[in-house]
Amino acid sequence: MTLRQLLAAGMLCAAALVQTAVLAADIPSLGDKLPPHKSTADHSKFKELDKVFKTGPEVTKACLACHNDAAKQVQHTKHWTWEVIDPKTGQKLGKKNIINNFCTSTVSNEKDCMACHAGYGWEDKTFDFSKEESVDCLVCHDSTGTYRKLPGDAGHPIYVRKEFPAGSGKFVEPVDLQKVAQGVAMPTRTNCGTCHFFGAGGDGTKHGDLDSSLRNPPKFLDVHMDAKGLNFSCVNCHKTSQHQVAGSRYELAASRTGKPQPQGKVDDNPASCQSCHGDKPHKESLLHAERLNTHTDTLACQTCHIPEYSRGSVGTEKVWDWSTATKMGPDGKPVLKKDSIGRRAFDSKKGDFVWDSYLKPEYRWFNGKVAFTTRGDKIDPTKTVEINHPEGKPNEPGARIWPFKVHRGKQAYDPELKNLLVVHTAGEDHTALWHNFDWPKAITTGMETAGLPWSGKYDFVSTEMSWPIAHMVAPKGDAVPCAQCHQAEGRLAGIDGIWLPGVHKNELIDTVGWLAAALALIGTLIHGIVRLCVPCRKPRSKA
Amino acid sequence: MIDPVRPGYVYLYKRYERFWHWAQAALIIFMMITGFEIHGAYENFGFKRAVELHTLSAWTLLILWAFTIFWQFTTGEWRQYIPTFKKVGAMVHYYSIGIFTHAPHPFHKTTSSKHNPLQRLAYLALLSMVSPIIWGSGLLYLFFAYWKDFGLDKWLSLQGVALTHTAGAFMMLVFFIAHVYLTTTGHTPFAHIKTMITGWEEADEH
Ligand code: HEM
Repeated sequence: MTLRQLLAAGMLCAAALVQTAVLAADIPSLGDKLPPHKSTADHSKFKELDKVFKTGPEVTKACLACHNDAAKQVQHTKHWTWEVIDPKTGQKLGKKNIINNFCTSTVSNEKDCMACHAGYGWEDKTFDFSKEESVDCLVCHDSTGTYRKLPGDAGHPIYVRKEFPAGSGKFVEPVDLQKVAQGVAMPTRTNCGTCHFFGAGGDGTKHGDLDSSLRNPPKFLDVHMDAKGLNFSCVNCHKTSQHQVAGSRYELAASRTGKPQPQGKVDDNPASCQSCHGDKPHKESLLHAERLNTHTDTLACQTCHIPEYSRGSVGTEKVWDWSTATKMGPDGKPVLKKDSIGRRAFDSKKGDFVWDSYLKPEYRWFNGKVAFTTRGDKIDPTKTVEINHPEGKPNEPGARIWPFKVHRGKQAYDPELKNLLVVHTAGEDHTALWHNFDWPKAITTGMETAGLPWSGKYDFVSTEMSWPIAHMVAPKGDAVPCAQCHQAEGRLAGIDGIWLPGVHKNELIDTVGWLAAALALIGTLIHGIVRLCVPCRKPRSKA
Repeated sequence: MIDPVRPGYVYLYKRYERFWHWAQAALIIFMMITGFEIHGAYENFGFKRAVELHTLSAWTLLILWAFTIFWQFTTGEWRQYIPTFKKVGAMVHYYSIGIFTHAPHPFHKTTSSKHNPLQRLAYLALLSMVSPIIWGSGLLYLFFAYWKDFGLDKWLSLQGVALTHTAGAFMMLVFFIAHVYLTTTGHTPFAHIKTMITGWEEADEH
């Protein structure tokens, strides 16, 4: 390039810069200030929403006037059907079908349980799953924080002022549906948390890695959701498409190999750590020689990066023992006891509970498939019944060692037919356990509603349920230190199929080795002592 | 061969040789300390730190060896390790009987033959057996992450490599104990050590 060409190019660039500067200066005068919300539509300005709504379904109809496929999409999700068919076993799963380790079964208890259904009016078997206005848009899209659904209303929000819990003297005000409808937005942590933080009926009860402390978490609690940092919402990872939320526990990718997937690229499971981080995410010096990155062939990311779950005062439930339910206080009245920090410890309706915080997970090989013990399945009451069994053999491709919260308990079963029982717990009728404290009546209604036979006998069996831990990812400095596994009786004690330096040894090599060293030491010591003590026979030739 | 500069003394170990010997000694002692911690025998640095320090010393030893092998060949000193069975019997007799009666040492060190025949055999065993076991298994252990890239994962197991390495470490420990003891068998307990520090050996001595 000649000097003249250079000069010319420089002048052209300068001219272009001046030009854009002038244009940029013009932009603010082009229109109003940028609206505060991210969406391209301001719902508070729509006349369709500027009216008094009496019920949830009325709001849904208004939503569907524009979002005409939204209800159909939702109706294809688990959030609506509460049903999952295991593609491998054909087993019918999902909240509608399984018996869990907490409130056990939704069947015959719909009016209460459906407080967490993304719909309105599921009271019993007769619920019409095809009715579009029964889809609840607001529970996920409310941004006002005023939309609440309570047990007992089959998924409807509060339309009239109501005492809750009954007899508590506390009242819940009706929701202003117009305000909620006008303020709809993308779901936040608080929206998802409405149900997922409160699974099994209370804050933190079920998961252990999901509770209300994640609404506004500090960095130490979760690096991604850190309110002052990355501030991820749930759907950042659980990316949705057509209202299908990625990353269900029922179809979990226990391992994912390969490079990170840029957002937008088709990904079989965008909710895994590896979708953004890849499966070899550690930058390591020669001193580490890719040691951490090899760990990813054996361990799930969560195993090291979630050192403890329930890292806060909310805590989580470890044990629910139904066998003591219906026990009354000395005055014959139901009792409610709390533990030292106010979490439920005993309830005549429900039995005994044990809660705790800052819990170390239990570890298991897991390939993402889970076998459930559901309604009517035969059980062996002499053993602890696994409500769900995380499958996966040591070192099988696709299996990794995963952290789990294992929730233990006791629940009712049929000692003759050898299956778990469906119990009618919630309700105001005379057979509901929580109303009348009568097991046989509650079981009769429960099993009848489920359409299953009952021998008339009941007893309690030990059960456990495993929950993969995937949230509350700690900052990297808080990851599980090496020595917590690489030591005798460490975190991975009892896990098959791995050779852990520092833990695993060969008895023979160790015995022979230490013995040889000891003999060498003793031998040389004796040799030395003898050398020093045996009197000289020949004088030394030189001093 | 009497040194003209310092009558009565032989200059047995040159400066690099002494440096190499003590550096290697320090590294090996440190590798035993960190290695057996990794093995789970005790807790000192903590597992992670022990692994890092062990690896660091391995790299350092590797570099030291690179120079030393070069040195051995350019100076011809490698010939010191050629085994000889001459006088092996005499050496065994000396260590088991003669040493207690203050019999004269059957071997006289010279610059061309610094090690007694038993020593030669011991060092050769160390070089040809213990070192390859430790190095071979140590490098494989260190580069476990790369086995797949070279198809080694079909042939090797971490367990086998770790156990081989541990066995090598025990051999090294036994060698170390015997070696340290034998340094005290000069005409005074510290004579050999002094020689290895200064390089000078008293000429008339065994
Ligand atoms: C005097 C030399 C050495 C001694 C005494 C020694 C000793 C040991 C011992 C006792 C262990 C624990 C083994 C187990 O329980 O699995 C160990 C581990 C190890 N050593 Fe050595 N070693 C030596 C040299 C080396 C060298 C030269 C290398 C590499 C080139 C090396 C690399 C390793 C590695 C990678 C580990 C395993 C650390 C891990 O857990 O990742 N060592 N060593």
